[in-house]
Amino acid sequence: MFSLKSVKYKDILDIEELFIPSGKVSCIVGESGSGKTTLIKLLNNLISPDAGIITYKETPLEDINPVELRRNVVMLPQSPPIFSGSIRDNLLMGLKFSEKPLAADEKLNAVLMNVKLEKALEENAEKLSGGEKQRLALARVLLLEPEVFLLDEPSSALDESTEDLIIDMLVSYSKAANKTLVMVTHSQKVARNFSDIIIEIKKGKVISKKEGIE
Amino acid sequence: MKGIIDLQPWQLAAAYLFIILLLGIVRVKGIAREKEIVISTLRMSLQLFLTGYVLAYIFDFSHPGFTILILIFMEAFAVHNIYKRSKAVLSKKLKRIIAFSMVSGSLLSLCYFLFVVIHISPWYEPRYFIPIGGMIIGNSMTGVSLGVSRLVDGMNTHKHLIESSLMLGATPKAASRQIVNNAFDAAILPTINNMVGMGIVSLPGMMTGQILSGTSPTIAIEYQIAIMLGIAGSVSLTVIMFLQLGYKTFFNSRSQLEI
Repeated sequence: MFSLKSVKYKDILDIEELFIPSGKVSCIVGESGSGKTTLIKLLNNLISPDAGIITYKETPLEDINPVELRRNVVMLPQSPPIFSGSIRDNLLMGLKFSEKPLAADEKLNAVLMNVKLEKALEENAEKLSGGEKQRLALARVLLLEPEVFLLDEPSSALDESTEDLIIDMLVSYSKAANKTLVMVTHSQKVARNFSDIIIEIKKGKVISKKEGIE
Repeated sequence: MKGIIDLQPWQLAAAYLFIILLLGIVRVKGIAREKEIVISTLRMSLQLFLTGYVLAYIFDFSHPGFTILILIFMEAFAVHNIYKRSKAVLSKKLKRIIAFSMVSGSLLSLCYFLFVVIHISPWYEPRYFIPIGGMIIGNSMTGVSLGVSRLVDGMNTHKHLIESSLMLGATPKAASRQIVNNAFDAAILPTINNMVGMGIVSLPGMMTGQILSGTSPTIAIEYQIAIMLGIAGSVSLTVIMFLQLGYKTFFNSRSQLEI
């Protein structure tokens, strides 16, 4: 799905070769500051490499309309913003941004259930706790149903039991819907228990790529 | 209708008593502002005397070249002033957009106002062109200045929000819509507020001048209403042109935020 060759970005990343397959769960692990977030920003084309080639489905990213690419390869940052307004407004914001048809309340409630956020759609989103906001942002991304999910520490604000539930749901959903999931995580446990492939990055270089649970 | 009372030199000199009074107050209060007060009073007097003589000459010997030259001078001063007033460092691209929207927006409004609303003849009549041009350009300059500061601040403060919107597949336009709207609102608010208080809170300078020089208040009011509408139109046009083009300078051809 994604292929990187001789990719350099400032003095943050220097990747000789990397292939991220489709339909799999890939976890990117490494110390903080090792370049994990930069790598998924490159895949989302939020930034472009200084050197090297990144392809998506064998097409160089520069040849793909960046906005169209981001609608298929959606990224969720580590601290996603919550827009002023209700939970419904926040869920619909992603669909508005990507110019997709707006979802009915039934679907919005279903996606909230998936992320274990049992709140009314009318509730003020800004009053949610840190963990609830993170789950709301995750629900916003799930509604977009993209081909690829690029998630930067999607469970960093969650307690251990909720983390397991949410990651399990994400993995099951992406397997069932044949989606590609690329997740940055600091948690060795999450990487070990849920990923098909573990990519370890150290000081901007890929130092290992191994099979996970499969 | 009575003409205006011509001020004799001693009458004008008597008006400087207000400044002497002000100097006395700051000295008694121990506020170190005497130097600034004296300099600004001298500058104001000198600038206005000079402008008065230049305008008297231009009005007496009106020529399209003079009118165009003064218009260019006013536009250049306005653009330079917007650059100078900005606290943030402005990119070359943004500076070009500021100059383009300031000049084209205000000129378009001024031409419409003079040739369609007032219908002046000859087209370069400096008695109308220069003061009305000054008001339209000056107010547009203030509007664009506010718009620049709000846009640059908004883009810097909400960098994370814009990037997060782009990650979800938003176009640069959609990702910066709220910032552009807020900047437009802040830029035109003073003009709207000014219109609300007009005639009650303040008696505008142009109208006061016309009334003092013997024009009927009803005619003066007609002119004032027309000029206020012209100013509102010009401020809106220049600001919206600037914002619609300006936000794009923060993104590259790959729709990536470049701050």
